[in-house]
Parts: sequence; C-alpha cells; structure tokens
Amino acid sequence: MEKEPVITVRNLSKQFGLFTAVDNISFDVNKGEIFGFLGANGAGKTTAMRMLCGLSLPSSGTARVAGYDVYRENEWIKRKIGYMSQRFSLYEDLTIRENIRFYAGIYGLSDIQIREKTRMLVEKLHLEGKEKTLVRELPLGWKQKIAFSIAIVHDPAIVFLDEPTAGVDPITRREFWSLIYEASARGITIFVTTHYMDEAEYCNRVSIMVDGRIEALDTPAALMKIHQAGSMDEVFLQLARKAVRAGD
Amino acid sequence: MNQFLVFVKKECLHIWRDRRTLFILIWMPVVQIILYGFALTNEVKNANIAILDQSKDQATLAISNEIAASRYFHLIKTLYSFKDIAATFREGKTRLVIAFPVNFQNDLLHTNHAQIQIIADASDPNTANMLTNYASAIINDYQQSLLKNEQLPYTIKTEVRMFYNPELKGAYNFVPGVMALVLMIVCAMMTSIAIVREKEMGTMEVILVSPLKPFRIIIAKTIPYLLVSVLNIACILLLGVYVLDVPIAGSLWLLIAESILFTITSLSLGILISNSVRTQQAAMFTSMMSLFLPTLLFSGFLFPVENMPYALQVISNIVPAKWYYIIVKEVMIKGLGFGAVWKETSVLLLMTFLLLAISIKQFKIRLS
Repeated sequence: MEKEPVITVRNLSKQFGLFTAVDNISFDVNKGEIFGFLGANGAGKTTAMRMLCGLSLPSSGTARVAGYDVYRENEWIKRKIGYMSQRFSLYEDLTIRENIRFYAGIYGLSDIQIREKTRMLVEKLHLEGKEKTLVRELPLGWKQKIAFSIAIVHDPAIVFLDEPTAGVDPITRREFWSLIYEASARGITIFVTTHYMDEAEYCNRVSIMVDGRIEALDTPAALMKIHQAGSMDEVFLQLARKAVRAGD
Repeated sequence: MNQFLVFVKKECLHIWRDRRTLFILIWMPVVQIILYGFALTNEVKNANIAILDQSKDQATLAISNEIAASRYFHLIKTLYSFKDIAATFREGKTRLVIAFPVNFQNDLLHTNHAQIQIIADASDPNTANMLTNYASAIINDYQQSLLKNEQLPYTIKTEVRMFYNPELKGAYNFVPGVMALVLMIVCAMMTSIAIVREKEMGTMEVILVSPLKPFRIIIAKTIPYLLVSVLNIACILLLGVYVLDVPIAGSLWLLIAESILFTITSLSLGILISNSVRTQQAAMFTSMMSLFLPTLLFSGFLFPVENMPYALQVISNIVPAKWYYIIVKEVMIKGLGFGAVWKETSVLLLMTFLLLAISIKQFKIRLS
C-alpha cells in the first residue's frame, strides 16, 4: 500500500476551560488504511474525532483531513468524509429507499446517481423487495450494515465510524467487518473507534488514547510484541490502567 | 438548493408517517374552535328570570312581554312580593329578577321619571353583568319607542351600543385567541419536538457532519410546520366565518401576512426550546409551561390584560401572542388596516428577529 497520508495531525489539543480533553496528539492515517482509534470512555476519542469531522474547532495544533485544513476549510472536509455513529443514525419511520435518497441527497448526488446507488446498495446487501420496508422493522444487524453503506454512499475519501458495532452480536460484527474491508479495498480510508479488542486486531494500525494523549500507535502485531502481550486486550488493559481520569 | 429540498421532503415524510400526530395537528384547531365557540361561550341564552310586577299596567306589561320574548331570557316565575325575591334566588334556578314598583306607568307619564329594579344573582359576576346589560337594553328600547310617539324635549336618554360586536358574541374573542394558541402549539411545540427527536435518535450528528449548513438544517426542519400552520389558519378562518359567523371585516391578506409573521415567531421559539433540552418529553413539557400557559393567560383572550395588576401587565408585554391577538382583533373584527396595527407588527417583527438570531447562534455554539 502506498504511503499517502489522508489525515495528518500535529500537536492537536482541545481545551474546555481548564480541562484538556485532547492533549497534544500527532499521527498520520494513510489512504485506504483501516485505522483503529482506541481508548477508554472519557479518554478523548470523541472530541478528537469531532475535530477531524469539522464539528469542533481545535484549541491548538494543526490537522489536515483529505487535504483540507480543519480550521479554515471544514466545509470542504464535510464533502469528503462519511460518518456513522454508534446509534446507526437511520430514520426509523422512513423506508430503506427513503433513507438512501435522503442521505445521498444531502450530499448533493443527482437523481440519476441516487437511483444507481440505490440499485447497487440493494443488490449488495441482498435487500431486493425490501426497499419499501420501514427501517423500524429491520433487525439490528441489517440496520447497521445499511447505515454503513449509506455513510459511504457518496464515495468519501474517509469514513469515520464511532463505535459502529456497539451492541451487535459477534456473527453480525464479522459480516460488518467484511463490508469495512471491501470499502478499504476500494480506497476508502476507515477511521474507526471500538471497545472490542478482537476488532482492533482487524485494523491495519491502532492508536490507544489514555487521558487525552496517544500512548501507543502501531500495527496490532507490533503492539502485542512491544508489550509482551498475547492479545490486544492485554495491551489495552496495560495502557488504560495508567489512566487517572475517570471515564463517564 | 436541491439538498435543501431533499431535507424538506424528508421532513414532510416524517409528518406524513406519523398519522396520529398529523390527525391531532389538523383536528386540534377544529375541536378548539367548536369547543370555545359553542361549549365555553360566555354568551347567555335563555337565562331563567322572574318578574315582580306590583303595578300591572300597560307599560309594565309591554316591557315584561318584550323581555320574556327575548332569546336571552326565559320567564319561569311571576312573583307577588319583595319577600319572594330572596327565596327565588335561593332556589338557584333564577338568574335575574325584574321588579316594577307600584304606579309605574303613572310615574313615567306624569313625572317623566319611573324606576325599575333589576336584581341579579351575582355569584357569577360575568353572567350577572351581561344579563343586567341585556335587560337594560330592552328597557331602553321600550323607552325609545315611547319617545317616538310623543316628543318630550327634555328627556335624557341613555343609549348603549356595542361596537364591532353588537350582539356581544363570545366567538369574536375566541377565534383570534384560538388562532394564537393553535399557531403557538403547532409551531413551537412541534418544531422543538422534531429537532430534539433528531438529537435523541443520533441522526442530528450525522446531518451536522454532512455539507448542509446548520442554518439550512433548521430552516428545512421548520418549513413543513409552517405549511401545516397555514392549513390551520385557513381551517380556523373558514370555521370562524361559516360556522361561528365571525366576519373578516378587514383585509384577508393582511390577516394572513400577520399570521405568517406570528408563525415565524413561534417557530423561532420552538428552535430556542430545542436548543436547551435533550429529550422529546422535556421539549413538550417546556413548550407547555413556557408557551401554552402564558399564551392562555396573558394574550388577553380569556382574561382582559387591562384588569391585571401592573406587574402582570408589564410581563404580558413579552408574550408574543398578546401582540398577535391585538392585531387579529383590529384587522379581523374591527376591519382596520395596517395603519392601525403597525406598532404591534413592529413589536412582533423585532421579537422574531431577536429570537431567530439568538436561536440560530445558540445552535451554532452547540456545535463547536
């Protein structure tokens, strides 16, 4: 894989009053990479991710996402990224097709593009004949897969996934990860937060945040070697135990 | 712009899918108009009265007949002495007693000065007040008819005329009041709930990450409710005119324009509420307490603002519904033009600008 950074973060910090939520973090994410962004609750993951998505301005430091500056060009960043939250963020009272139309529509896709995307998405997820089903009536695993497919419906450079598998069973999680691999193979960079350490092992590289700082950043194999651990679970526990800040 | 329309369309779908709420939104004004217009009316019809006639002459009989024939009164009893009056009221059925003294016609014709006593059961002061007014009006009518026959130059006559609402119809008050109330609820409560629902569901985050500008998101979310409100205004006006016989004396377009202005005021209040609460229930409760009640109490439609203590009168000035209520009454009932309501309109405009500015600014602050 060619090393072409799509996210460049240097000395990024965010303060809320006296509280430093994100403390001087630096890292790069390369094109097409699956980047795991780990950390206990309250470690500052969400704040960092919000800054990269253009939802929140950093207090200091620099960051470029998809080639755009997070301070001045966040409107451009928004066009280049996709986002999926842990709550799957589909409208339960709309049908599958209406959800696709809406999210594709607000990213400015034309009617022809939307029709084509809907057809492809329905085919890929084997939803033929279900297009007019209300999302409310679907099982959780389906909703999650549809939400992910919708998050990348506009072919973004990077997709941010905020705990996308929370509360989903292991089989569905595995199916979900195969969708992630497929997107990554198409050149979409995946930036994912998770609490499941088996998922961390699926990532190309992971960073572990503790108390607003990045304590470790490497491939899962290298991290396990450095910390002489048998699994990512052990690595995480070793690092997260040092935290002084209480999770929420 | 296309992105914006996609959003509006999706918002309409939400409303359309939620049939129960849509049903309530459309029928609430209809039910309220009918309730206030008919059931809660403060007009009095067929009030039970009794007459004590100690004179029994031509004049007293004529007046008694006129009163008994009026649709406001229903004669249920004839009394024979003053002592009966108290007993009659205690029975509780009689609201008004009209007592003629001895030699009524004699006094009237020879001294030009006769007296009638109108005694009302004032345990319900509003009704009592109204009934005595009705009775006085009938007696005045009779007096005038006498004057027509014989020119008596020095007689002083009182004349009561009820301007704009000669029949003292309650609907004249209620229709503008219900308009203010319904628009407030539909716009403020429904938009605040709709915005907070997106926060609750987590969809707001995803929309905010999209290239849509926050300002446009807010506007797109409110437009469908603006449309529902216009439908409500039409409904209320049609019912008012054709069912309750309340005329639209002034310009219909001015009335509609002012209503849309008030709708926007309410929408911005809804946005303001949605910024400060996290759950749909909290949004509903806050709207109820901070909008519905003040509108009911301070708009002047149930309780006249002029009769309130000074402090409350001052407070009533910050209730947008008060200004809208005044405007609707001036335009719809009195038939006055923009010249008569420009002050109230400016107050509403100023409030709307302030509220919109604050609520959109707050919405942005929440993001950073």
